[in-house]
Amino acid sequence: MRRAISIFLLIIVTVGISLSLAKIPFGVPKTKVGRHYINEGVKETGAANIVTSVVVNYRGFDTLGEVTVLFIAAIGLGAVLSTVSQKTARKVESASLVLYTGCRLLFPLILIFGTYIFIHGHLTPGGGFQGGAIIASGFLLIYLGCRERRINRVVSNLVESLGGLIFVVIGLLGLVFGGYFLLNFLPKGTANTLFSAGIIPIIYVAIGFKVGSELASIIDNLIEES
Amino acid sequence: MIVVVSFLVVLMLVAAIAASVFRDLIGAVIASALVSLAAAILFYFLQAPDVAMAEAAIGAALTAAIFIIALRRTKRYEE
Repeated sequence: MRRAISIFLLIIVTVGISLSLAKIPFGVPKTKVGRHYINEGVKETGAANIVTSVVVNYRGFDTLGEVTVLFIAAIGLGAVLSTVSQKTARKVESASLVLYTGCRLLFPLILIFGTYIFIHGHLTPGGGFQGGAIIASGFLLIYLGCRERRINRVVSNLVESLGGLIFVVIGLLGLVFGGYFLLNFLPKGTANTLFSAGIIPIIYVAIGFKVGSELASIIDNLIEES
Repeated sequence: MIVVVSFLVVLMLVAAIAASVFRDLIGAVIASALVSLAAAILFYFLQAPDVAMAEAAIGAALTAAIFIIALRRTKRYEE
């Protein structure tokens, strides 16, 4: 009986979703604001990557909210895990030679790749969030390969706070110079060069450091407690 | 092109079903990471490389790792 009802509900949901999606044309720009971003985005913000110009410039305030959500999640996880901690110093099995050597070889390359992704966020696909996640996956690799290594909590918290602080301070500087929060007050330069797009690369570097240290400290917290 | 995309869609469906029916939870986590990986490649084909990068790094790598770390504190097999 329950199985019949769930199959029936599944069919209703499938038909409903496919009927409502069938009316939407696939991949056609429909909204005026979307067309404006595509046509004028590079001219207005100086960022060659339109996604970045939307995420950091047009919708920069949303991004600040997103970063705050991640920050609160990391703090909450740390708070929950620190109350259940009973510090049982477990004996750490050392990794095999292949894993150890592979991790030591790959870790700097992954760090450089993540840094490249967020420094070039305004030119090529990617940005602060993606670069930060790649850097955090590099730290994950270190936890798998070199198990006795730990990140320095003080340094990671400092980097995290500094990243958030730089984001907010740049937003407030926009308020000072032009009258609204996150105004792009720096010169935009020529598009498609590294030093272009005003505040966008600075904000993305700050976000990259912040997200990277946050996700790395989440992994560190979890591994410490498990 | 269409062959690759349909293969990826079928792979995603199979992996999603596998993730929900596997009794071995490590296997289920890896199947769900496979869903994210196929989704990332599909995002790339749909000309959204930004989203593809985030999906591959967070969905396939970090989420799976966090689930596996959490599984160490609980049981590996579902009853």
